[in-house]
Amino acid sequence: MKDRLRTLLVLVVLYVLRRRLPRRPPAPEHAPEPPTQRIVPAGTPEPRAELLAIGLLLFGALCAAAFVAVYVLDRLPRQTQLLGLSLGLALLSIAAALIVTGKRLVVTEELEHEYPPEEHPEEQEEIVQTVAESGSRLTRRRLFTLGLGTAGGALAVALLAPLASLGPGIDLDSFVRTPWRRGRRLVDEDGKPYRAADIEQDTFYTAFPEGADREQLASPLVVVRLPPRDLDLPRENAGYAAAGIVAFSKICTHAGCAISLYRTPLFPEAEPKPALVCPCHYSTFDPATGGTVIFGPAGRKLPMLPLRIDGRGYLRAAGNFDGPVGPSWWGVRARRPFA
Amino acid sequence: MSSLSRRSTLWRNRRTPVGGLTPYRTVPIRPQTSHLVAALLAVCAALLLPLAAGAAPPSKVEQGSHLYGRYCLACHGLDGSGVGAPGHTIGAGPLRVQGQQQATAPSLRGVGALAADFYLRTGYMPLRRVGDQPRRSRVFFDEGEIQAITAYIASLGRGPAIPTPQPSRGDVGQGLHLFTEHCAGCHQIVAEGGYVTGAVAPALENATDVQIAEAVRIGPYLMPRFSRQQISDRQLDSIVAYVRYAKHPDDPGGWSLGHIGPVPEGLVTWFIAAVATIGFCVVIGTRLRSR
Amino acid sequence: MIRKLVRFLDQRTGTAPFTQKALRYLFPDHWSFLLGEVALYCFIVLVATGTYLALFYSDSTADVVYHGPYVPLQGQHMTEAYRSVLDISTSVKAGLLIRQTHHWAANVFVAAIVLHLLRIFFTGAYRKPRELTYWLGLTILMVALLEGYLGYSLVDDLLSGMGLAIGNGVALSIPFIGASLGAFIWGGPFPGSSAFFPRMYIGHVFLIPALIAVLLAAHLALVALRHHTQFRQGRETERRIVGVPTFPGQTPRSLGLLLAVAGLLVLLGGLVQINPIWLWGPFHTYSSTNGAQPDWYLGWLIGALRLMPSWDWTIGNYTLVPNPFWGGVLFPLVVFGFLYVWPLLERRFTGDRAFHNLLDRPRDAPVRTAIGFGLLTWVLLVFLAGASDRVFVFFGLSYSTQIWFFRVASFVVPVVVAFVAHRVCLELQAGERVERRRELAIGEARAEARRPLS
Repeated sequence: MKDRLRTLLVLVVLYVLRRRLPRRPPAPEHAPEPPTQRIVPAGTPEPRAELLAIGLLLFGALCAAAFVAVYVLDRLPRQTQLLGLSLGLALLSIAAALIVTGKRLVVTEELEHEYPPEEHPEEQEEIVQTVAESGSRLTRRRLFTLGLGTAGGALAVALLAPLASLGPGIDLDSFVRTPWRRGRRLVDEDGKPYRAADIEQDTFYTAFPEGADREQLASPLVVVRLPPRDLDLPRENAGYAAAGIVAFSKICTHAGCAISLYRTPLFPEAEPKPALVCPCHYSTFDPATGGTVIFGPAGRKLPMLPLRIDGRGYLRAAGNFDGPVGPSWWGVRARRPFA
Repeated sequence: MSSLSRRSTLWRNRRTPVGGLTPYRTVPIRPQTSHLVAALLAVCAALLLPLAAGAAPPSKVEQGSHLYGRYCLACHGLDGSGVGAPGHTIGAGPLRVQGQQQATAPSLRGVGALAADFYLRTGYMPLRRVGDQPRRSRVFFDEGEIQAITAYIASLGRGPAIPTPQPSRGDVGQGLHLFTEHCAGCHQIVAEGGYVTGAVAPALENATDVQIAEAVRIGPYLMPRFSRQQISDRQLDSIVAYVRYAKHPDDPGGWSLGHIGPVPEGLVTWFIAAVATIGFCVVIGTRLRSR
Repeated sequence: MIRKLVRFLDQRTGTAPFTQKALRYLFPDHWSFLLGEVALYCFIVLVATGTYLALFYSDSTADVVYHGPYVPLQGQHMTEAYRSVLDISTSVKAGLLIRQTHHWAANVFVAAIVLHLLRIFFTGAYRKPRELTYWLGLTILMVALLEGYLGYSLVDDLLSGMGLAIGNGVALSIPFIGASLGAFIWGGPFPGSSAFFPRMYIGHVFLIPALIAVLLAAHLALVALRHHTQFRQGRETERRIVGVPTFPGQTPRSLGLLLAVAGLLVLLGGLVQINPIWLWGPFHTYSSTNGAQPDWYLGWLIGALRLMPSWDWTIGNYTLVPNPFWGGVLFPLVVFGFLYVWPLLERRFTGDRAFHNLLDRPRDAPVRTAIGFGLLTWVLLVFLAGASDRVFVFFGLSYSTQIWFFRVASFVVPVVVAFVAHRVCLELQAGERVERRRELAIGEARAEARRPLS
């Protein structure tokens, strides 16, 4: 070990000495003649600008070092701010040094040059001629071109075809299938089933189908209770309410956000009537009329789920939604959801 | 008080279970002297009844009833009945007439000290201009007056007492979860406030723990009302703990821009970053010289 | 030293002539010509920071329970993707700095492209022979919008998840094919299959950056091949280019600009919080929050979506045009379509088919400037409409009043602005003519005065 260190030390000393000793001039290879005319004009020195630039560079180096230090020293308060400040200042001061260099230390030449020619008619002609003359052996030009085109097109279709595996194909059943079948219980986010008696007026609840995937678009419901005499359900939603309790898909029919606002008047004589509102574009739905749109850009009423109360007082679905859940698409009014 | 309209909103009768509103009296109230005489009679009657919400010193209730008579009676009516002075126009709005009566303000019967404390301490009441959404504003009464009016209103039937939330018993994580489920849709995920069709859900930065608990149980204006059955007291503690956190969340990333997301970020992009980069370009490049 | 290096390279690549030409390639000098470079440097910062982030991000949507250092999310269910970004923000050293720098760079990247586009448009730089360059640039802008959207959606937080749901709704709203297209992209109805996030990831970190790089390379090559345009200030003509050579003049300036932009982005990344996803919480299809907004460059679309009246166009039982189509698809198509077609339109209406290496000042082309201002005002008003809920919460201005105001104003005001812009251009031109005549007259008077009395 000691020997190795000694050898290393000797090598280092020799290396340093070699660098400091005067060198032999290199053998003249193809030493070019000194330039007769300057390409870049000479400029006057600006020592102040030089000092400024050097100062900025050094400051930048300091900041960069500070960045490394802050990075290594973990658990500093406001660590992200210190890191950003040090690296940012490092970059900005080196940038400033370069800009000073560019504006004051480097000769700013304003040169002139010709724009390249607008076009090259001779070469264009040659290209056209080359292409034209290359077909001298073809007799059925149009047919050949047609063949090439057909082959190319068919090959392109063939190469693109596997992309279809990315999607589920043209089957859109998944857009209308829901986990709500007749008799499914409504449960809360923790899986506890809702009793009809739990549902109070002037508030709202989020419900899910028991045992189903909650993230599925058709799963979440928003459930509210209205005074039965305030209900004004259309014919197609007759019987959908259970003792004044109504349930709608929680997914807005405009663009698919969750409807998490329920406005309910404390003083109905003077305040707007109860409504479900979506926070994305403020589509507003009236639960008393089966989820019709009363404000905002949604073009389709909120899908309503028929409810019933079972023998033990639990809330259950009495069927499926009266329309597909989620944003509108081509067949959304033509298909009925199924479980 | 300023010109009255019937869109003053306060308190509804909480004894109503499922279904309709409390029937109001059929006799319309006439204003002026007979009004005040009736008020005095009511006060005497109130004094003789045992107070359900606990024994408050009679002087407090009496003082409260005087204040009530001066500042609240015109809208909220005798005994907090909700039928105030008729003949006042109500501002344009979805006024619905129930039966023969025209309520001018919610009934205060059974609303309890909880409601009075909330509305008075936030400055929601007295409503500056009847018909507006009650908003946090100047607290009109001093401490003694608030206690007096609260005691009086608590005497108008059995109602909830002022809550005592314990955020230290709650869990901030659970609070975030509950707040997302019940509150964020209107109040925004970090309680910076938001728009509901027809109202504003205010930012909660000035709401005290007690006021948050009270609002949750009241459901003022267009806010839903969450009972103990839906949000238990322990869950409410967690929500309060979360809102406390949301007022001053950790901001490890630097200047928080108000915690409302991409809108202020876009403002910084244009008014700070774009301006700075144009500045760099102007310094580095040249400007147009005259022709 | 330099000589050795140059010799080494030339002997092995033969590129010395090319390098010499490149070193003396001329850059016309005006500050507004640097805006495109700013966008390029933002892209470089994006690739650098993005590569770092990609090494820590997980694209899995598997459900996990959080047990990391951020207390309010302890014990919460979230996806692996969201958790990985939480970890980058809390547990990886300098992770939050790089994540925020990346996000600021994305915002500034698009802003720089827009500024650059404005300069190109209002100076007529898109004219022959540079139409291809212009179209490439527009395409880069469109792809950049998509790239940014995918980037912040990868985090799977509440805000961006809502944005993805809306994106899905907009895709579904395309007549006839919308649902199939949506199902194709997402692998089923929203929220899609477990393959959706990995595909978004590959798109965001590989496919789209590669596309942008190719488009950018072609864009820069075309600029270099046809050389940069210039303003007529002195000796510049259509045939003579006047500028600063690459070396030594332009190099320190460009390098300086690169470092300045990078420095600005890092400063923002460290000092100004952006997208604090730990506050939003994880995304669930059944959750949402008030005040959710997309990043600024998609604000024009949320404005358009909010402004549209509730029209679902149906034929019988079929929904031909669901509502989000108008604001989410038609509006951007019209804007971008107009921008693409504009060089051809202008050529048609002015009959100008000549080569242009010289730029107009905006005042020199009043009709173009007026139309540009009109289009810009239209987009800007729709953009402002998208923030009307925050304006309501902050200033108390009724939301529905704002919506009605913007519905009317976004069509009336651009016309007014266009007329005013046209007028201003003509006035400025007239002012210059008067000024020139005045100077000529003074010059003549002086010459007259100096002439010896005869």
